Amino acid sequence: MTEVRKPRAKPRGTVEIRVDECKGCGYCIVECPQKVLVLAKGFNRMGYHPSEYLGDGCTGCGICFYACPEPGAILVRKLEPVS
Amino acid sequence: MPKEIYAKAESFYVDFERKTGPDKISTHYCPGCGHGNLHKMIAETLDEFGVRDKTIFVWPVGCSVFGYYYFHTGNVQVAHGRAPAVATGIKRAHPDSIVLVYQGDGDLAGIGGNEILQAANRGENITVFFVNNAIYGMTGGQMAPTTLPGMKTTTTPLGRTRENEGLPIRVVELLSALEAPTYLERVSLTDAKQMNRARRAVRKAIQAQVEGKGFTLVEALAPCPTGWKIAPTDSRDWIHEQMEPLFPLGAKKDVLEHVESIPGEPRPFVADGMGEKLDILASSVTQARKGTLKEEDYANPRIKVAGFGGQGILLLGVAFSECGMQAGYEVSWLPSYGPEMRGGTANCHVRISDPKIGSPMVEESDVLIAMNRPSLEKFEPDVRPGGLLLLDSSLIDIEPQRDDVTILKIPATKIADDIGTTKCANMVMMGAYIERTGILDLESVIEALPSYIKRKKTIPMNQQAIAKGAEYVREHF
Ligand SMILES: Cc1ncc(C[n+]2csc(CCOP(=O)(O)OP(=O)(O)O)c2C)c(N)n1
Ligand code: SF4
Ligand code: SF4
Ligand code: SF4
Repeated sequence: MTEVRKPRAKPRGTVEIRVDECKGCGYCIVECPQKVLVLAKGFNRMGYHPSEYLGDGCTGCGICFYACPEPGAILVRKLEPVS
Repeated sequence: MPKEIYAKAESFYVDFERKTGPDKISTHYCPGCGHGNLHKMIAETLDEFGVRDKTIFVWPVGCSVFGYYYFHTGNVQVAHGRAPAVATGIKRAHPDSIVLVYQGDGDLAGIGGNEILQAANRGENITVFFVNNAIYGMTGGQMAPTTLPGMKTTTTPLGRTRENEGLPIRVVELLSALEAPTYLERVSLTDAKQMNRARRAVRKAIQAQVEGKGFTLVEALAPCPTGWKIAPTDSRDWIHEQMEPLFPLGAKKDVLEHVESIPGEPRPFVADGMGEKLDILASSVTQARKGTLKEEDYANPRIKVAGFGGQGILLLGVAFSECGMQAGYEVSWLPSYGPEMRGGTANCHVRISDPKIGSPMVEESDVLIAMNRPSLEKFEPDVRPGGLLLLDSSLIDIEPQRDDVTILKIPATKIADDIGTTKCANMVMMGAYIERTGILDLESVIEALPSYIKRKKTIPMNQQAIAKGAEYVREHF
């Protein structure tokens, strides 16, 4: 009898874009493995289309944080995985 | 290195108050510029090792010239290409600090090519971050030593060629031919995998310094979308396709595991016997004792000496500082070499001080010694109210403008001429100044002259000049 393994809970995270620190270079969008970031339609204070989180699906991997050249434009947090 | 939270490092300022303009939260770099990525990696490492408060950055000329806007560390910004030399001085003076050098490719491999080579060869215990973006970014995209063959820049509009400009310089390979460096790696600021490698390299290079393991350098292939005139998101592919084949990634040298920590203390300077070794008369010279200050106001003077080339302006500065030093003062001497040095005027800044000297620059002066008319016109406005102005009245045929300073007109060139050479007019001024202020002991200064004037033949005349200058002041003021 084979034991049915529960699918491992997907790691969960959340990403916050500080809109006025973003220069819309698009690196985070290209690099995000989950493809949960997009360029916003609107402009920020500097006149760039900032990056925007779709609101769901972030794993908290931090890849976008290192892809981003701005010191404080991206904040990523890991959340407790849902059991 | 997974973390619970990825946020702005504490080694950055919360707000970039030093940045000009209304925006104090984002950097001055263009969208997609690689400098920011490297900054973040360095900042996170400083956080991790807890060394922010003892870190001193040495920033270059180039787009990263304003690094001090961002890092909550010690920061020095230096002349183009000279960061490794300045870092050497800082690290030797403060062996316990963490000294980080940050340079672009124009700065490091172009104008500063020799500086980095010598610092690496000495095995200075510093960490160098070298941003290779194949171009001069700040000045608008001229060819750098790292520009790729065929690449069009404003100074190679037809593309760089081997025949005309030579092939790009591979810095880590070049330095790895030297014995002293302990860790040299090239990374690329591109995709997630390379970013991780770059973070590890940055961490390793800083850790090496924390452990006192000698000279390390990380070269980062970095996007300059503005200089390359492409979109940021295309620039990372461009690095993979165009740069990486020419600049192979990875560690070109890594002997960190095998090196012992280099003792942090620089070799102490032993003054004893140095005079004989250098064949100078210093040891036979009587120590110039302090004079007796005539007025409190004359203490700790900031002196500007100015005249034309050939009047011994710089030597007069040397004389003041040499005698001041022998008398136990703190002294500094800063010659000013402008384009005007060639043929025109010369000047130097001198400080003689009881307290330690913060800066050798003399902007506002307590004393101006003006040996010709242009110098008087140029520097008279900078004398502080109540200051002292000595001018060579044999050459200056105008009246000074100021009525709030003490003016001593000394016919220095005339007096010197009577002694036998106009060349010692500078020493006449020295004698006049010392007599007026009493900051140094006149007799000792006369005796100390051989310690800074090398041509023995001229010593008696110069000694006479000091005495005559003093005598003139005694008799006329
Ligand atoms: C002595 C001197 N020479 C020339 C310049 C002009 N200059 C300013 S930045 C620069 C090149 C910087 O290029 P790089 O080091 O590649 O840095 P980047 O701007 O690409 O980051 C030059 C030549 C200068 N400021 N000082
Ligand atoms: S943390 Fe990872 S998954 Fe989340 S947005 Fe950033 S790159 Fe995407
Ligand atoms: S990488 Fe940073 S600056 Fe670029 S779009 Fe994303 S958040 Fe904005
Ligand atoms: S010109 Fe190039 S190196 Fe300079 S800030 Fe812009 S992208 Fe960065």
